[in-house]
Amino acid sequence: MTQADFSTILPEFLLAFYAMAALLFGVSAGKDRIAGLIVWATAGLFVALALWIGLSGEGARTGFHGMFNDDPFSRFAKVTILVSAAAVLVMSQDYMSRRNLLRFEYPILITLAVIGMMVMVSAGDLVTLYMGLELQSLSLYVVASMRRDSAKSSEAGMKYFVLGALSSGLLLYGASLTYGYAGTTQFAGILSTLGGEVPVGLLFGLVFMLSGLAFKVSAAPFHMWTPDVYEGSPTPVTAFFATAPKVAALGLLARLMHDAFGAVPGDWGQVVAVLSVLSIFVGSIAAIGQRDIKRLMAYSSIAHMGFALMGLASGTAAGVQAMLIYVAIYVTMNIGTFAFILSMQKDGVPVTSIDSLNMYSKREPLKALALLVLFFSLAGVPPFIGFFGKFYVLRAAVDAGLVWLAVLGVIGSVIGAYYYLRVVFFMYFGKESEGLDRGMAPVQWVMLMGSAAVVALGVINLFGIEGVAALAAETLVR
Amino acid sequence: MTVADLAFYAFAIVTVVAGVLVTMSRNPVHSVLWLILAFLSSAGLFVLLGAEFVAMLLIIVYVGAVAVLFLFVVMMLDIDFAELKGEMAKYMPLGLLVGVILLMQLSLGLGAWVQAEGAMGLRQSVTPDMSQIDNTRALGLLMYDRYLLVFQLAGLVLLVAMIGAIVLTLRHRTDVKRQNVLHQMWRDPAKTMEMKDVKPGQGL
Repeated sequence: MTQADFSTILPEFLLAFYAMAALLFGVSAGKDRIAGLIVWATAGLFVALALWIGLSGEGARTGFHGMFNDDPFSRFAKVTILVSAAAVLVMSQDYMSRRNLLRFEYPILITLAVIGMMVMVSAGDLVTLYMGLELQSLSLYVVASMRRDSAKSSEAGMKYFVLGALSSGLLLYGASLTYGYAGTTQFAGILSTLGGEVPVGLLFGLVFMLSGLAFKVSAAPFHMWTPDVYEGSPTPVTAFFATAPKVAALGLLARLMHDAFGAVPGDWGQVVAVLSVLSIFVGSIAAIGQRDIKRLMAYSSIAHMGFALMGLASGTAAGVQAMLIYVAIYVTMNIGTFAFILSMQKDGVPVTSIDSLNMYSKREPLKALALLVLFFSLAGVPPFIGFFGKFYVLRAAVDAGLVWLAVLGVIGSVIGAYYYLRVVFFMYFGKESEGLDRGMAPVQWVMLMGSAAVVALGVINLFGIEGVAALAAETLVR
Repeated sequence: MTVADLAFYAFAIVTVVAGVLVTMSRNPVHSVLWLILAFLSSAGLFVLLGAEFVAMLLIIVYVGAVAVLFLFVVMMLDIDFAELKGEMAKYMPLGLLVGVILLMQLSLGLGAWVQAEGAMGLRQSVTPDMSQIDNTRALGLLMYDRYLLVFQLAGLVLLVAMIGAIVLTLRHRTDVKRQNVLHQMWRDPAKTMEMKDVKPGQGL
């Protein structure tokens, strides 16, 4: 290992070092009593690393014989992952400590998961890809079942683990078939062996890998675990599931498809397009019957992943750019929404039913307004940035000649708007009923308002994210 | 037929037969024992290939640790296998159908199997020249040099597994009574025992 190799993984190395140091510190100094401190320190480190990666990195480098990339694409994804993980961490602290769930291992496991995600988005080799994915998944299985005395949480962890293991198996099987064809696990090497017709064996490998990764992004028809896991896990963990891992899994999918199979976009493009359409429709239609806001957000995430995959399906640089913009916007909206869901409680007991939001605007006009902005944006109503996310994706699909996909996407989005707007309807015109408690932790309030403000103000120029995403996409699609 | 050929056939036949018996035997303990035999004979196959390090690894790690662990788990867990089999029979037809379809698809895929033109070259480009160094050294070079990053990441995965096992199972319960030896030793009989003078016919 040379210094040049090492400098490409410096952020991951620092995080790993921090995780181990925090673990030792936590064990020796007071266990769960100092969990709050570790949460804030971890979030601070995440933000600092995000700033450092975002501001300092230049150009594209590879290290470890091409197994690890450091390029604008990975940096974009890493910054999104780090910032969203930090936001979810700080807003979960209040919820967890109030319910006696805050253990000092929680931020450490999140840190290790984040390392896995950072490895995923910068993988340059099937082996690195798999190690990153497992590091992320294994940490997430544990945090999903963190609440041990709740049967639902254990069930969520178990389901996630079994299905996650199955999807890893599919992915590995596909990877071995790919290796059998190409004779190398390196993305660049795989790309160099492709050309012209894709043989059936490799196609099998490609489809197996796509299915395995579709499990991880919870794209239909591999979405079955999502509602149960989202509902059963502790709410802060659900908030985490709905943000950073999605960015990582989509980033990984885009990198694998373009870096390793970029020469044959037609072959994987159609699979991704089908995944996209199915996700949009399953997410939009199945969410209509949901009464639990966590399950609703689960189906919402399935539908949103469908839209993000639509960008990838177009197979162009504009498509990848649209996907990156879409997922960044999605994460922003989800942070605000989950900040609110975390604060939902009645007489100190957390509630997740939508009915409890009846006439919320009467009691808390400001918070209700922020939530209205977020839900309008999630639905894709024009003045907010959620609309622009959908617009970029649809435009990329149309430009790539996938008009049918774009049309189906618009129909799906109209169906999906119903359940978002229904929540807003409950808040403003619902029946009078016993409402939620008024209090809200300051951090959650800041996150909710900040996210709503970003969603509303981002209309002006999307905070310049467009150019950065374009630069990131260019490194991937050559 | 040379001795090596004979040895190959012996090891290969034993491996296959033991592998079949792992799944066929009714008693799970016997299954594990057959598994150990399968590992041992595949270690023999590795020796024939000249991969003595992998052969030793198979014996030490798989036979010595994993299989013995299996054996203990199987013997201690007291799982009712008959009941499990009954459950399995319910899903058997569907499972078989899915399996057969998958198998047919895969055999179609493998029937038309081709390799990329440069595949063999790419495969050899990462492995050190075997005429120069022995295979233990070659493995070390690959694992600790070329694939150092993934090796370290595997270490992190194991760390997560360890933290997870502790987080999910270690529980400091405060509501159970534990034996405190010192407390027992310092107990003064004079303070804890009280003599009562019970009058006949009255009780306490």
